Amino acid sequence: MSSPLLDVQHVTKRFGGFHALTDVSLQVHDGERVGLIGPNGSGKTTLINCIAGVLRIDGGRIRFRGTDITTRPAHQRTRLGIARTFQIPKPFTSMTMLENLCIPLTYVRPRQVHGGDIAAAAMAILERIGLAGKAHVTVSSLTLIELRKLELARAMAARPLLLIADEAMAGLSSVEVDEILAILVRLNDEGITIIMIEHIMRAVMRFSSRIIVLDAGQTIADGTPEEILRHSAVEKAYLGT
Amino acid sequence: MRRTLPVVIALSIVGGGMLLTGVVENRYFYFATYVILQYIVLSTAWNILGGYTGYVNFGTPAFFALGAYTSTFLMLFCEAPLLVSIPAGGLISGLLGLGIGYLTLRLKGVFFSIATLALTVVLQTLIINWEFVGGAKGISIIRPVAIPFFRNYVQFLFVVMLGLAVGSLAIARWIEHSWIGLGLAAIRDNEEAAECMGVPTLRLKLFAAVVSGGLMGMAGAPFPYHISLIEPLSAFNLDYAVNSLAMPMIGGTTTWVGPLVGAVLLGTAQQVATVTISSELNLLIVGVVLVGFVILAPDGIVGLLQRMLKRK
Repeated sequence: MSSPLLDVQHVTKRFGGFHALTDVSLQVHDGERVGLIGPNGSGKTTLINCIAGVLRIDGGRIRFRGTDITTRPAHQRTRLGIARTFQIPKPFTSMTMLENLCIPLTYVRPRQVHGGDIAAAAMAILERIGLAGKAHVTVSSLTLIELRKLELARAMAARPLLLIADEAMAGLSSVEVDEILAILVRLNDEGITIIMIEHIMRAVMRFSSRIIVLDAGQTIADGTPEEILRHSAVEKAYLGT
Repeated sequence: MRRTLPVVIALSIVGGGMLLTGVVENRYFYFATYVILQYIVLSTAWNILGGYTGYVNFGTPAFFALGAYTSTFLMLFCEAPLLVSIPAGGLISGLLGLGIGYLTLRLKGVFFSIATLALTVVLQTLIINWEFVGGAKGISIIRPVAIPFFRNYVQFLFVVMLGLAVGSLAIARWIEHSWIGLGLAAIRDNEEAAECMGVPTLRLKLFAAVVSGGLMGMAGAPFPYHISLIEPLSAFNLDYAVNSLAMPMIGGTTTWVGPLVGAVLLGTAQQVATVTISSELNLLIVGVVLVGFVILAPDGIVGLLQRMLKRK
């Protein structure tokens, strides 16, 4: 088997005396669709903050495409090909939608932008995600689904190899959930590996080719959706004994 | 042509200033205009870190005074001419800027602002206890008697400060329209998201802090020559902190035009008030105007005009 795209080895993260992550190891391979689930407070967002480089880990190693990125700052990891969305949307509020996308397009490998035309590339992404009509709207007037789509569009603008979607569907209606799912599936078809953190089980089960379950800062299960559903520890973590 | 036009404009402004010294003789005119020009530099410099990047710096007096004391030191130590002291003051204050740039790693928002205020107090205490540059009682500076091309030293200082003002506006304009300005705006809006979108936030913040501090230091370097006496209380005057913050707020913080508009309006009002009413009224004017703008036009005059144009 080829070496994994993302290799998380024995990662530990503490906040003071609280162990947010204890000896977490996982591998993600090229082209996979991985669902990351777990009860509230199980460390999902902490884990992706560690992978994205927002948090420094206290133990273990993280490799991406064979490169050790453990000590690399977040912006360098983005340039290597890891992009993420935020659970609570964090748009650049003083800018228009188009300008929001221009930030990653300008700062992540700008020479590779097709034809060097940043604005055109940003517009193309907005068209793909169905927001072209709002290109020149300032972010403050957007609805929740538009904000969530903007998060995805901005991550796409960083042209990632690995996209981490942190609860990209939270708070959306089921029609809107399907819309976001369709976008993620399309991105995956184009070769982008995706890690999805989600509480909406219907979406996770449908989307993921593999599911990893976190509980109290440890991985308790890793397998296909069917295997996970049959896993007794998962049931215990979610429902108690 | 589009690239050379701003350069032509900048050079013609400085050239116009030089020609002016041949026409208008009144020394007070140059003295007062110098103060306004100095505020254009200070508020433009402040805006690079405070307006573009969103880190509110209360330490303007520290950077300004460091520039002023650098030139005082060089003058006492080796009789360095002003045109050497200005880049030296910029360099030293730029280094201090690098220091507060690293502070942004741990301190954000109001905590950063308080730290910069503390920095002013610490530096002032150091200077007060440094006898070589005059200590607490200060030291008088004897201006060079003759200066080539100029009728007197006040006119020379005026042209120097005019050059610094045009230069700092040019730098601010360049930053604003470059990829650096885009990244700084992203940091101001959301630093974590900016970092995750590939913006090297630390490097850009350090850049902004160094440029901002360096320009303030350059504005401070001619100060001892301007008032021919330097002492800690006037060099570390809190007015600099208040004004360099209030002027961009009044003009508008997101463009290079804002600090210029704010400094010209507020600076002129202060100079007029000093002559006609009293010198103590300065800060009161600033306070009242600032409160008015924060309530009525939070985006400053430039923001107000932009909104009016959009509505039409």
